[in-house]
Amino acid sequence: MNPIIANLLTEPVGVSHYVVVGAFMFTCGVLCMATKRNALGILMGIEMVLNGANLNFIAFGSRYLRNDANSLGLDGQLISLFVIVLAAAEAAVALAIVLNFYNNTGSIDVDGADQLRG
Amino acid sequence: MDAIYWPSFFFLLFSFIACAFALGVLLAKNIVRMAFYLVLSLSSTAGLFFLAGADFVGAMQLMIYVGGTLVLLIFGVMLTSQERFIEMRTSSGEWVVAFFIGLMLFFTLGKAAFGVAAWSGLDRETAEAVQVEQTVTPLAMGLLGARVDKLDEPDAAKQEGMAGYLFQFEIVSVHLLVVLVGAAYLARAKRKASGASAGGS
Repeated sequence: MNPIIANLLTEPVGVSHYVVVGAFMFTCGVLCMATKRNALGILMGIEMVLNGANLNFIAFGSRYLRNDANSLGLDGQLISLFVIVLAAAEAAVALAIVLNFYNNTGSIDVDGADQLRG
Repeated sequence: MDAIYWPSFFFLLFSFIACAFALGVLLAKNIVRMAFYLVLSLSSTAGLFFLAGADFVGAMQLMIYVGGTLVLLIFGVMLTSQERFIEMRTSSGEWVVAFFIGLMLFFTLGKAAFGVAAWSGLDRETAEAVQVEQTVTPLAMGLLGARVDKLDEPDAAKQEGMAGYLFQFEIVSVHLLVVLVGAAYLARAKRKASGASAGGS
């Protein structure tokens, strides 16, 4: 078996592995925000970005991944709870704006939202 | 060969599911499929939270994020999914630019992740010796302003910064209330200005 895979399976994972997964979700979210034309697709990208950040907070606060004095401890979990709550608030407002936009223009394509250009 | 360390196995499983469906959200053309992939991706992220010992946050991820926020998003998808908006294509030039930007971003972040020696993980004996403890009570006490997890901090200057999160908790509560009132105000059904439909739209 590939030694890297074998090492991954027999040794505990660390903060680095979690950070890589978080970075992947962050990158997918950023690209989702940049490439989607549907306003709801952009919202989903934002959710993924927040989730990647949350994963980092949890990883830096976990005692299973890094058990020394510099660990974030419980602060990481508390901050990620706040992030979850704020993401819910953000989704509610953004969804209201998107529905308003849809009612006003009859379209959900963000490329059509150019009224402010003057 | 050593025996398989099962938390690592489940980490690989959950992270593979989370990453694969995150990629699915990015690449899917259909908005309904994107919403479904996002549900699966965020659910397996909750599995990663459980693996890192954050049981309460993982449960909240499942209940608030997957059960609340994503259901809200799916309602948005259902309210706006007319035939011509279900699939919206992005031009291939934008995809190429986005691909290279994403590749650079991911490699920068990944290289930074493996650049710190202290982040590489415990060895197996240490990790198996870590005591499992539930986080609900310390989290609730932290939100009420008492940090029961750091009572033995000897440094008095550091202790002042550990006042807990009561103030932030209050701010977030009021913020949530204001946001929900604002969202209800923004999304309310308006009467048409023409006056043709009296019952609102």
